[in-house]
Amino acid sequence: MAEWIDAKPKNKAAAWLEERLPIIGLVNNVVGVDTPTPRNLNYWWNFGSLAGLMLVIQIISGVVLAMHYTPNTLMAFDSVERIMRDVNYGWLIRYMHANGASFFFIAVYIHIFRGLYYGSYKAPREVLWMLGIVIFLLMMATAFMGYVLPWGQMSFWGATVITNLFSAIPVVGESIVSLLWGGFSVDNPTLNRFFSLHYLLPFVIAGVVILHIWAKKVSDSGNPLGIDVKSSADQIPFHPFYTVKDAFGAAVFFAIFAAFLFYMPNALGHPDNYIPAEPLVTPASIVPEWYFLPFYAILRAIDFPLGIPFTDIVFVEAKLLGVLAMFASILVWFGLPWLDTSKVRSGKFRPMFRWFFAFLVIDMFVLTWLGAQKPEGNIPFYGKIATFYYFSYFLLILPVLGKREKTLPLPESIANPVVKAAE
Amino acid sequence: MKFVKNIAIALTAVAGLAGTAMGAGAAKHPMQMEWSFNGPTGTYDRAAAQRGWQVYKDVCSACHSLKYFRFRNLADLGYEEDMIKAWAAEYTVVDGVDDAGDPKERSGMPQDAFPSPFPNPQAAAASNGGAVPPDLSLITKARHDGANYVFSLLTGYEDAPADHPMPAGKNYNPYFKGGNISMAPPLSEGIVEYEDGTPATTEQMAKDLTTFLMYVAEPKLEARKHMGLNVLLYLGILIIVLYLSMKKIWKPVKEGKNFYE
Repeated sequence: MAEWIDAKPKNKAAAWLEERLPIIGLVNNVVGVDTPTPRNLNYWWNFGSLAGLMLVIQIISGVVLAMHYTPNTLMAFDSVERIMRDVNYGWLIRYMHANGASFFFIAVYIHIFRGLYYGSYKAPREVLWMLGIVIFLLMMATAFMGYVLPWGQMSFWGATVITNLFSAIPVVGESIVSLLWGGFSVDNPTLNRFFSLHYLLPFVIAGVVILHIWAKKVSDSGNPLGIDVKSSADQIPFHPFYTVKDAFGAAVFFAIFAAFLFYMPNALGHPDNYIPAEPLVTPASIVPEWYFLPFYAILRAIDFPLGIPFTDIVFVEAKLLGVLAMFASILVWFGLPWLDTSKVRSGKFRPMFRWFFAFLVIDMFVLTWLGAQKPEGNIPFYGKIATFYYFSYFLLILPVLGKREKTLPLPESIANPVVKAAE
Repeated sequence: MKFVKNIAIALTAVAGLAGTAMGAGAAKHPMQMEWSFNGPTGTYDRAAAQRGWQVYKDVCSACHSLKYFRFRNLADLGYEEDMIKAWAAEYTVVDGVDDAGDPKERSGMPQDAFPSPFPNPQAAAASNGGAVPPDLSLITKARHDGANYVFSLLTGYEDAPADHPMPAGKNYNPYFKGGNISMAPPLSEGIVEYEDGTPATTEQMAKDLTTFLMYVAEPKLEARKHMGLNVLLYLGILIIVLYLSMKKIWKPVKEGKNFYE
């Protein structure tokens, strides 16, 4: 448990404020000079603060967009075009927001997979990890509803497909869908509630981010070696060391972001969303945004019911099973702290684990690719294999591997990583 | 340029978006043309865009609306204000009601959107054999590889293969999904007489029109690329400064100093 150090500002006004609201101490203890942090964090540790920066960019650009956007099915598309053409720097704000969503997800995916590799979910960081999953789920809901707002073809049909998934839930499914729609199809009430929630959820995310950082403060940062801090020699103050490193990483990340924003702003979007929503014309293929594709592939891979083979007995219909699999693919992360039975946190010292992890990363890329394909030919078959591996990794491989695997010897301490594995 | 393009292609492929091109079905892949607006420093060829505007006005506007385009936007293409006013005045627009409550008509002004040829989609369909000619304001962004697609479609009409059944009132165009397009070949040699004397071949007109339509779809393209250059220069310097600062600040850490002694 991290120690709390009171700030003692020399400036009189600051001292006066600090006595009444210890906010300087708060900053110092979380990302400041009084935040002892493992000295060996590598660049994969940059993506947490980067994700935080992207959230701020999304909220600021989104608030400005909301000043010009009209959440009405007859005017939404026109209002977006008005932003692009007539609002001062409207094109900049909108492209920033649209591409910002993608880069927010890139940062968060890297952040999550860093956690998967270095065992960031293991004790004592289980709650920290689970709060992260909550943030990710909220992000998915927010991004989905945001994509509906321009009211293009893909907005409308994406909303129709995704909301319809809930109808697979027994008994209450149809009611849930009616509630999401605010009627009997995706229409103006849907657009209105999505706009309202799209504006609300980012602030809920910000709230959970605060809890996430609080949990990080309590359990301390993990580190690439996955061993506990033994003495103060293992640590350095967060500021200035990690503030400057995070700033450097952010500048590099923003340069890539800017390359997309200014030179290929529509590369990550779908051309169909420049066609106004037309409920009577179904697009040739309905594809979600790229960051949803792995989960979309899992949804589509399950095209068979759960029942007793060679009989007509069906326990779970195919559609519901697919929806359950899709949600389970993320919810399974909640169980990770207990599914991974290995005593060693970092993948660095788990030679077998590293291979399985590498396959998981490849599997995610394959699922992403599969999610964008039409479900024809061999695609559904590949989808089943990729989905099988995905779940096996969490439910089969990690529980067994942790007990069987011979791990490499751990170093003595962070400051003194003398023990080098005999490689 | 090529580098950025390659990155874009690689990333979109990784993101699985390359696969969405499958949505175009059996349509032929568009011809790859050189465009003045391509690349990090690309701009709109004003002369081509002006000729394209002429093609749109004289040919396309008979059936296709351009509802996000306003006459005043022509100033971006290098036209003088009195010329724009004169063009706008050629059209009649409905604006508000008179004292008796009847719709009031007036001649067009620069701030007006380009008037649509049909009052509503039903009227458009009725006059075009059931097919509604799409609005062209965003056409180059609303199709995969939009500019090349528009150019290929305009110049790609040909006789249908022997084994391809043609429904009545349709025309064969391999770049169109399914091959059967309602629009008859819109361009033919000399259909427009260019003010600048450029020979109006079908290919020339298609290229000019595509440039104009790209401008209409993405009017802020030049400002965007210009700002992008400044932003990247700024970030480039910032990256260097931050990198050097980081190296300097981290030196004692690398030397193994204990900060808590």
